[in-house]
Amino acid sequence: MTDGPLLDVRDLRIAYTTRAGEAVVIPGVSFQLKAGEALGLVGESGCGKSTVALSIVRYLGRAGRITGGSVRFEGRELTTLGEAGLRAIRGRRIAMVYQDPMASLNPVMTVGRQLMEAPMTHEGVSTSAARARALTMLAEVKLADPEAVMDRYPHQLSGGQQQRIVIAMALITGPALLIMDEPTTGLDVTVEAAVLDLVRELRSRHHSAILFISHNLGSIVRVCDRVAVMYRGELVEEGPVRRIFTNPRHPYTRGLLDCLPTLGSDKRQAPLVPIAGQVESALARPQGCGFAGRCGHVETGRCTSRPIPSATVCGEPDHRVVCVRADELPRWTRRRGADVAQEAGGPGEPMVAVQHLTKIYEPRRRRFRGPRRPVRAVSDVDVVAARGRTLAIVGESGCGKSTVAKVLSGLEVATSGKVILDGIEVGALAIDARAAALKRKLQMVFQNPDSTLNPSHTVGYAIGRALRRLRGGAATDAAAGIARLLDVVKLPPAIAARKPRHLSGGEKQRAAIARALAGDPDVIVADEPVSALDVSVQAAIVNLLTEIQAARGATLVFISHDLAVVRYLADTVAVMYLGTVAELGPVERVFAPPYHPYTEALLSAVPVPDPDHAVARILLEGRVPRADEIPRGCPFATRCPRRVGPVCDETPPPVQRFGDHRIACHIPGDELLRLQTALVQPRAVER
Amino acid sequence: MKRFVVKHVAFLLLTLSAVSFLVFTLNEFSPGAVARKILGAYATQEQVDLLTKQMGLDRPVLVRYVEYVKTLASGDLGYSTRFKLPVRDVIFKHLANTALLAAVAFACIVPLSTVLGVVAGMREASRLDRGILMFSTVIASIPEFALGVFLASVFVVWLGWLPGTATLVAGGGWSVAAQLVLPVAVIVLFDSGYVVSMIRASMVEVMQRPYIRTAVLKGLPFRAVILRHALRNAMLTPVTIIMLQINYLIAGVVVVETVFAYPGFGRMILEAALFKDIALIEAGALVAVFLAVVTNILGDLAYRLLDPRIRA
Repeated sequence: MTDGPLLDVRDLRIAYTTRAGEAVVIPGVSFQLKAGEALGLVGESGCGKSTVALSIVRYLGRAGRITGGSVRFEGRELTTLGEAGLRAIRGRRIAMVYQDPMASLNPVMTVGRQLMEAPMTHEGVSTSAARARALTMLAEVKLADPEAVMDRYPHQLSGGQQQRIVIAMALITGPALLIMDEPTTGLDVTVEAAVLDLVRELRSRHHSAILFISHNLGSIVRVCDRVAVMYRGELVEEGPVRRIFTNPRHPYTRGLLDCLPTLGSDKRQAPLVPIAGQVESALARPQGCGFAGRCGHVETGRCTSRPIPSATVCGEPDHRVVCVRADELPRWTRRRGADVAQEAGGPGEPMVAVQHLTKIYEPRRRRFRGPRRPVRAVSDVDVVAARGRTLAIVGESGCGKSTVAKVLSGLEVATSGKVILDGIEVGALAIDARAAALKRKLQMVFQNPDSTLNPSHTVGYAIGRALRRLRGGAATDAAAGIARLLDVVKLPPAIAARKPRHLSGGEKQRAAIARALAGDPDVIVADEPVSALDVSVQAAIVNLLTEIQAARGATLVFISHDLAVVRYLADTVAVMYLGTVAELGPVERVFAPPYHPYTEALLSAVPVPDPDHAVARILLEGRVPRADEIPRGCPFATRCPRRVGPVCDETPPPVQRFGDHRIACHIPGDELLRLQTALVQPRAVER
Repeated sequence: MKRFVVKHVAFLLLTLSAVSFLVFTLNEFSPGAVARKILGAYATQEQVDLLTKQMGLDRPVLVRYVEYVKTLASGDLGYSTRFKLPVRDVIFKHLANTALLAAVAFACIVPLSTVLGVVAGMREASRLDRGILMFSTVIASIPEFALGVFLASVFVVWLGWLPGTATLVAGGGWSVAAQLVLPVAVIVLFDSGYVVSMIRASMVEVMQRPYIRTAVLKGLPFRAVILRHALRNAMLTPVTIIMLQINYLIAGVVVVETVFAYPGFGRMILEAALFKDIALIEAGALVAVFLAVVTNILGDLAYRLLDPRIRA
């Protein structure tokens, strides 16, 4: 190979054929990737990241077409390469890892056969040789018992294991370029951390270059050397990771950084700054800067009249930005709160009190399968949400946090224990058994706004119906009520006449919140309300929830797996593991030592968008036990890095109380404090 | 697997007893007494009364039903008044004829529909796809009798290549094989139209799945992508539907059998119904239900074999 870059994308233009004619989605993108280098491609959804990645391997579907520019890989032009030539490169020199590993693996083929395919196709090796290679790769991606894994089907593996298989499948031929498209989106935070560490490690061993696509700046930092920020199909800023994160010059890059909650900030110290508006269509491109419509620094004329040239940032030759005002903007500073943590105030009067809540799902006989043991989804949970405050329940999937929400809302009934809502016991009351006034008191916002809103009804109808059901108002008041609620969630009144499919993800979630607010509830239970949304939209929704809460004095029960959002939003935090509360307390106490060892592991796994942030990583070994095989002693004992001995397996841990802070662990609190203060605090480092 | 078998056999027995009871009582309660149905309109009332007494028809229905089940269990299906033969001989002869027709037709339908469906669905909206889709829609929408008459007028009347009837008696210079050609052709064309569109729809959906993208971007040749990755997934949904075609082929081809005077099971039931041949109707209904349940079980079984996710 020559000394040139491994991958040289120049002025790549991509268009889609639509009913309305040809739509240019990528008007021209250029970047280079040297052998062994890792480039992160970041931007909100709809910015064209995946389109660019898939165009490199020429997989654009029937409608997509490369209309100009060039993609040179290892000195060969890919845009004009024939089918046979492409096949020789795909999977051999360029391999891909995708989002949603479950869907990316063939469900009816064993993992082993899927792994063996690439070497057998490209190198013509024998079945036994391919099998040996596959086994080696499985060991390299750290899957226990490779022999057994070979014969499994994808559905028999966990999400993290599946993604390791996909990575093994990509690396088995030793490709020169690995394209990773949102490889950790949708995985639990601990699994994500482990996968990212694996990618880093494999990268140094295999010397593959990586094109890493993500909307999460935190995971980009962990893997990449350089970052390219995309907006509306164009690269707006590009440079080494450190430069981009310490001196972002493009307002869009700054926007992406400002809307990310970090572990060191909360709502009282440093509010999130969402990017105004939403991703604009790549079509109907304006004359000047594509970001002008959302930019706080826009200057009509200079920014909007002609195309913006790409320029080198003063004093940083490897840092390019597409902004005419780049040199005029003040230096960017990381949003940071005051050093003194502000307490939320007294404990407050309890609005929702969960006492010794246990929920056991009786085994349901399933077709073709043997009987199952009862599943203890939640056992003996005690938490209180104070009036007007936010209680966050955090944990990995399957920890029982959503079950608590379901019991609160009456979608499930408690097996034992109490749920007291504003003085009324509701734990045993299913939603149908609750009086209208009681239903009004507590409303829910769900994770996926698509499935919450009925697609065949307009937004106005959905909100109006909630108004009538919960308020019993006359039809004439409805229109005014709908407009008022839409205003609260900052949606234009015209939205009322639209159906959910015409709304963006953020707008749908706002509409769902408006619907939940229709009854003027005292308690809003939000189950992962922002985890399906882009970072910028997430910031806007989180701010909206905070504002609404402050204005109405409502109590918020916020369920999430995202510790940074929880740190930002919560007053009280409950960390759940396998149906039990591992740690509970005011947010600033939970996020400071002493931690429960599980909280400690979760915190160390959070991807932090700061290249200078160093934290000793605690990797959790093993898997979460299934809910029907909960250990006898401490539920976390099977994976705990701080296990002290047999006592952990045999006796349930004592709940240690430090004022209003509770930790369920065998290790004494001061011992935990001593062990944990040695670690770097998860806080932005001052430079 | 043991659970699967036990469960389905139990279900089969339950269905059979329910259906036998329904058919039995329906015949009892339909207009006209059983004895009248047997003896016909010209028998005197005395004769009817005598037969009623002889057959014990004046006893309660439940008692007679239990007795009926007992005789059934001993293997005696009764006597067909239409064919003047024991029901067993009639029914199995016709069933065997139909099985021959069904087997030949099924052996054509499955490979034909699979190939056409997969080829159409692997490149949605290609010229080939549009052509196959058009063809399958057209043949599936022509009624069987029209298709039968059309084919007969071309190949029998006009070209004279094939016989117009399929009585399975090797007479008139036509072999049994030649006699089978037209009935099989009509059934295959009519039924494939439906099965092809099912398989095509499933294939189109599978081709859009991320694991197909994985296979393509692994650098596999298109043929390997289709045969190794798409085919089995694309057959998951249609396989139960294909198995249900057996049911149609045996009990539902009355029209084709009638058009070609084929001595099959469907036509036998029709005749039995027209002639109020009670014993034959009852036995025929039981056989039809038995086949329906068995093909359902076969469908489930095939699905389990194809999809590892439901093999526990």
